[in-house]
Amino acid sequence: MSARRVVIVGAGHAGFHTACFLRSGGWTGGITLIDSAPGMPYQRPPLSKDFLWGKQELEDGIFRPSSYFFDNQIDLIVGRRVLSIDRGLKSLVLEGKFVVEYEHLVIATGSSPRALSVPGANLDGVVSLSTSADAVVLREYVEQARAVVVVGGGFIGLEVASMVVSSGKRAVVLEAADRIMGRALTRRMSEYFERVHRNSGVDLQLATGVSAIEGVAGVVCSVVTTSEERHEADLVVVGIGSSANDCVAADSGLATDRGVLVDTHLRCSDPTVFAIGDCARFPFDRGRGVEMIRLESVQNATDQARYVAQQICGESTEPYVAVPWFWTEQFGRKLQIAGLVDGFDRIEEDARDPDSFSLSCYSGDTLLGVESVNAPRDHIRARRQLHDLLAVGNLH
Amino acid sequence: MPRITYVQSDATSKTCDVPVGKSLMSAAQSNGISGILGECGGQAMCATCHVYVDDNFVDVLPGCAEEESVMLEETAADRRPNSRLSCQIRSSGDLDGLVLHIPSEQLW
Repeated sequence: MSARRVVIVGAGHAGFHTACFLRSGGWTGGITLIDSAPGMPYQRPPLSKDFLWGKQELEDGIFRPSSYFFDNQIDLIVGRRVLSIDRGLKSLVLEGKFVVEYEHLVIATGSSPRALSVPGANLDGVVSLSTSADAVVLREYVEQARAVVVVGGGFIGLEVASMVVSSGKRAVVLEAADRIMGRALTRRMSEYFERVHRNSGVDLQLATGVSAIEGVAGVVCSVVTTSEERHEADLVVVGIGSSANDCVAADSGLATDRGVLVDTHLRCSDPTVFAIGDCARFPFDRGRGVEMIRLESVQNATDQARYVAQQICGESTEPYVAVPWFWTEQFGRKLQIAGLVDGFDRIEEDARDPDSFSLSCYSGDTLLGVESVNAPRDHIRARRQLHDLLAVGNLH
Repeated sequence: MPRITYVQSDATSKTCDVPVGKSLMSAAQSNGISGILGECGGQAMCATCHVYVDDNFVDVLPGCAEEESVMLEETAADRRPNSRLSCQIRSSGDLDGLVLHIPSEQLW
């Protein structure tokens, strides 16, 4: 007999919100929310934004206080890893030989930053940013630092560079590709932000990797690039992307491919198991065939959590559809992205001034996505428009 | 400490002490007040922390930035002249006694 219980592995945005939406959606069975990290579940975006800038503290970033979990009868188990999943028995084994049984299992294990594999990557003063523990270390280092090298011109690295330079320190950004934020943005938007960073004092080096990190007495002192330049550094921030935490799923025999594979209903190869958020690779149809994609964003985590909670509560049978959206803020420019822009063949620009504009990306007549800089009205209009397109597409 | 009252759509209410500087969305969550979701964490990106401000305080509050105003057009419940996103309002002495009404819907 399996208990009437939903077990959620991972208490990030996806996992926490699943628990939250299950309860508010009327689920009366048990809910167990498990995370390997100790402490109360918390939000990620502030770690590279308000927390790093010193505008908020970690306790301001928790989702809910412990009373919420108690009042809503959500069993929160933190600081214990899930060692294995036995899908036959519908149970999990946690560290300490704890066994938890489930009726529904939701895998929301998130992603982890890729490690840099060069000599010196383990030196003191080489950090990455994913967890609140990382953020505490990074903030302390940033306070002391004079010369920072950021490896990777992605969202997090560039947010860090923006903060560092705005507080009067030197920052070098090394990006291996020929443009920044290349995975998510049009070239035109990458180039706009390259100008913003350079004009603000960031030493931005494109098509440049790291060949070694050098230290003295175990502490970082410089970074050597693939073009054999040496940059002095008392802090190195590594932000070269993340990979899905799909090991526990793969070990239990669930299908994975750089993420836990799910169907249109976010169910794994075992349909009693769902996977959502950063760790899941799901089908996405933009009207030209289905692609399997994995997204790392608050929107994706929250929308997938809501959808899975609705399915478990028996409310939804339609396939999952949601408009992706993202945001970042660098040097006072708020960039908001609605949809996914890759694969466009035409851009329409709508500019009010050089620092307030939107790029709408089309494939033929189909709107794929819109990038907006300091233009929130354009962004929200695009979200609405893409939402309507998806809703229409869903009827066919 | 400023005292803020949150009134649910079923007229039940709870009054909380909110430290100066804390957002009224975040304060609602810390005090276990349901109906204020704040999914984006207070970035004015999701419009799920919509509240109606008691009429006596509409003029006391600092005005809406464009970002907030735009998101308010997207709220699930009707936008009214006293609509605000609670993530964009920070507690201050001037707001002591403020009453916020929580709409029944936050999601569209």
